[in-house]
Amino acid sequence: MGIAALGLYSQAIILFAALALFTSFIMLAQARMMPLIFTFAWQGLLLAVVSVLTAIASKHPELYVSAALTFTLKVVLIPWLLYRLSIKLNMQYDAEAIEHPTLLLLGGVALVIFSYFVAQSIIHLSGLATRNTIAVSIAIELLGMLLMCVRKSAVAQVIGFMSMESGIFFAAVVSTYGMPLIVELGVAFDILVAAILFGVFFFHLKDSFGSLNVGQFNRLSEANQPMPLRDAAGEPSPGDPS
Amino acid sequence: MTLTLLEVTLLVPLLGGLLLAIVGHRPIAGWINVAVGAVTFGAALAMALEVFEHGPQLSPSRMFYIDAFNVYLVVLTAFVGLTTSIFSRPYMRHEVERGRVTDRRLRLYHSMYQCFLFSMLLALSTNNLGVLWVAMELATLTTVLLVSLYRTPEAIEAAWKYFILCGVGIAQALFGTVLIYFAAESKLGGERDDTLLWTVLHGIAGGGLDPAVITLAFVFLLVGYGTKVGLVPLHNWLPDAHSEGPTPMSAVLSGLLLNVALYALVRVKMLVDASLHTNLAGHLMMGFGLLSFTVAGLFLHRQHDVKRMFSYSSIEHMGLITFGFGMGGPLATFGALLHMTVHSLTKSAIFITVGHACQLAGTQRIDQIRGLIRTQPAIGWGLLLGTVAIAGFPPFGVFISEFLLLMATMKAWPWLTIPLLVGFGVAFAGLFRHVQRMVFGEPPPGQKPVAANMLPVVVHLFLVLWLGLAIPGFLSRWFEQATVLISGASPL
Amino acid sequence: MDRELTAWALALAQALLFIAAAPLLAGWLQRVKCHMQNRDAPAVWQPYRNLAKLLRKQMLLAENASWLFRAVPYIVFGAVLLAAAVVPLFAVHLPSAAIADMIVLVAFFALARFFTALAGLDIGTAFGGMGASREMMVAALAEPAMLMAVFTLSMTASTTNLSVATAYMLQAGLVLRPSFLFALLALAMVAVAETSRVPVDNPATHLELTMLHEAMILEYGGRHLALIEWASQIKLMIYSVLIIDFFFPWGIATDFSAMALAVGVIAVTAKLMLLAVVLVVWETVLAKMRLFRVPQFLGFALMLSLLAMLTHVVLETG
Repeated sequence: MGIAALGLYSQAIILFAALALFTSFIMLAQARMMPLIFTFAWQGLLLAVVSVLTAIASKHPELYVSAALTFTLKVVLIPWLLYRLSIKLNMQYDAEAIEHPTLLLLGGVALVIFSYFVAQSIIHLSGLATRNTIAVSIAIELLGMLLMCVRKSAVAQVIGFMSMESGIFFAAVVSTYGMPLIVELGVAFDILVAAILFGVFFFHLKDSFGSLNVGQFNRLSEANQPMPLRDAAGEPSPGDPS
Repeated sequence: MTLTLLEVTLLVPLLGGLLLAIVGHRPIAGWINVAVGAVTFGAALAMALEVFEHGPQLSPSRMFYIDAFNVYLVVLTAFVGLTTSIFSRPYMRHEVERGRVTDRRLRLYHSMYQCFLFSMLLALSTNNLGVLWVAMELATLTTVLLVSLYRTPEAIEAAWKYFILCGVGIAQALFGTVLIYFAAESKLGGERDDTLLWTVLHGIAGGGLDPAVITLAFVFLLVGYGTKVGLVPLHNWLPDAHSEGPTPMSAVLSGLLLNVALYALVRVKMLVDASLHTNLAGHLMMGFGLLSFTVAGLFLHRQHDVKRMFSYSSIEHMGLITFGFGMGGPLATFGALLHMTVHSLTKSAIFITVGHACQLAGTQRIDQIRGLIRTQPAIGWGLLLGTVAIAGFPPFGVFISEFLLLMATMKAWPWLTIPLLVGFGVAFAGLFRHVQRMVFGEPPPGQKPVAANMLPVVVHLFLVLWLGLAIPGFLSRWFEQATVLISGASPL
Repeated sequence: MDRELTAWALALAQALLFIAAAPLLAGWLQRVKCHMQNRDAPAVWQPYRNLAKLLRKQMLLAENASWLFRAVPYIVFGAVLLAAAVVPLFAVHLPSAAIADMIVLVAFFALARFFTALAGLDIGTAFGGMGASREMMVAALAEPAMLMAVFTLSMTASTTNLSVATAYMLQAGLVLRPSFLFALLALAMVAVAETSRVPVDNPATHLELTMLHEAMILEYGGRHLALIEWASQIKLMIYSVLIIDFFFPWGIATDFSAMALAVGVIAVTAKLMLLAVVLVVWETVLAKMRLFRVPQFLGFALMLSLLAMLTHVVLETG
């Protein structure tokens, strides 16, 4: 079924889904913290809009709950939390160097193609007019994962993580009109708790490492195991010859 | 009747967690923790007897489902939760005295300990695959602050890794769950809210859920829950989280959380097997299991931190159990179930002993822990016997389960017995190379005994020994029921 | 027979109008820009006067200029002329449309660019070489992006023929295609880079260190310069008309009645004027970027065009 044969709502769903995918790419390329957070909020907004449109087009009122959850968490709470923390930790002007942007772009494109092939094998089950958006949801998830893998900043990793969750939520919306209510609420609760914990961790990281750059983590890598006098307590042991 | 027992089993740790969030820093909190654990264990045991007599139970709301497979894990979880809480009382008091833990963190620790147990019990007893995922994620969230309890840079790093890697992994599992829901919904039609219930899914699985979707879902679920099981190459978080957190956490993480994650994986495999009619899921699990088993055995050799070393041993055993479930015949399944039990008991006993040994020596570095037997024989012998047990020596239970798994392998995949045997040897050498120097030898001057409660260790090792000498009749029937459930045939 | 003759006459008229109107578009652009920046605006006819003055001027060639240097203005103008002749301006289904292939169009531009760069090198001055190398860098990045965007459109219309594609878009009506949105953005960015506008290049500057296109043609004067300037004005118009044809084709004549043709001419004029305003706003709010940022800019365009193609395949088919 080509897009021209679809109704206006379905066309709008597809358009907004594509824009959400676009925001994923923007996030991959965005080095500065504040625009990254705002882009993430935009993605949340687009996905919430798609949920609402799907609810209208398919007459599934329970999707309004999904849309409301997405909006509350991904557009308001989490970006606000990250924004406040960034200012509080005095890192609102931070930017990290993105290595190999072209390679990253090609990697992202490869992931989209991969999701397309994955989705091809399963969409025949779905009778929905907008079933092609399943591929987009997988792609958003995988791009979130890519963001987490290539970035060294804790904030960017958190955004990647949350973007993955958005992608999965979106997959549930477009493939099955949302999960059962109890599961959706549970997942939203988990995400909220995770967001708060991430916030707590930002302070811990800042206290222990002086920055939120997790690229400097090397204390626990297998290659560095025989470190001189590594003591879990950080205090000299009684058996020390000194 | 049973349902009220189930409710007690779930509510007691939850309410206990809330109570401890208020009073968790008082000296009495350690005892409250033990008391909550004891009530939970009692309720779980009573529930198990019910199920044992009357067969699987479904709660009226269909939210919970208890059968032979999960009830024994519920009991095991409640039991290890109880014994570890007994150990944690003096251990945490000692940590407070050393100044590593403040009152606020002690309160956090006690509260989260019970919440963690609640989330695992919820994951085990729920009938809804979505709630199972929520509970698994909750288990990560409750433990992540415990891993960073000491606030050292290493602990923060470990906790961050744990959080991020498990978060990514578990997100894949959520996607897999969505896919299963997708497959089931297209089979059953929308407009019903019980599509994600395991009982419903298992009922229709034979009638052909779409194979492509189910295969894809299983791959995502394997990656997701496999991360939590600690399967290589997704295991990176595990040694860090185990080595940097407080020792009671290591004991429950290793002894229980890995089991629960594996439980989730096996439940999903049952679905997939029923709908695919091929061995794809089993083969994937065998592959990952064998890889974890081999790699972790090799990594054992180059460890310098005693808790790290034993966490690699956990990866190794989890790999073996995954391999066993993957093989899937009645004998292998029976062996894997037994191995889950004995590994849980032994490994938590080992971590308890190691916790005391580290307090004794003041460090976790293997080359600075010496002469345990001379300084405090109970700890030294406990560690030695625990290691003997986990390495698979007769007459301990681990030997029996490993023997069963080997037998099953020899029947189904004869040439795979060679890597298995080599793996056992490598792991054995790796463990003993380090442990014998810690246990024997001259203690450093000034090393003094610490207050230790060896009761949990004695009980655990006794149980493992008992299982090694003779599996009690009721237990073997119990395992048999679970085996029939999982593999569809009886091992006897 | 008669009808065919009319068609050919129309095609010829369209090509001539195209070439004649190109300086007008440039003048309009200049005027709007001046208004925008609160300056006194020159008349819209100013580019014609400039061209006329240059055409009258005496030619002055560098001593070591070869025949290539002298031939390049004609080659460039010829290539752009051919390109302009095939782009549907106010009517589709003209006989010239048979050769109006999108890939051919891209190739004409490549030809013009290649010879301009050669001419820049021919003299052997430092600026010529620098300009040529910079132009080639931009081209190497812009061309794939442009091709990708164009392919996306031709996949939707199932043809690479410009005229047929335009007719297809016209009869499909308003469809919310995400691929078109991305392709439009990509094409606009490529057009900005290719026609040497802000932020990639600044047509008004002669500051040696920052110029791209100007550096190559620094040695030209008189008639040669007039041809090259005219060619670049036509190029700007071609890109504008392409964007209009693909994305906003409404109003273009599909038959040869006088009424339809009149509507077509008026529509395309209005749309071009509007597009020029958009371009001016864009140029006013943006500053020229450093040369080393240009690859990022074009990389973004490439990403957009890739995304356009992907969304077309993933979302709009099947």
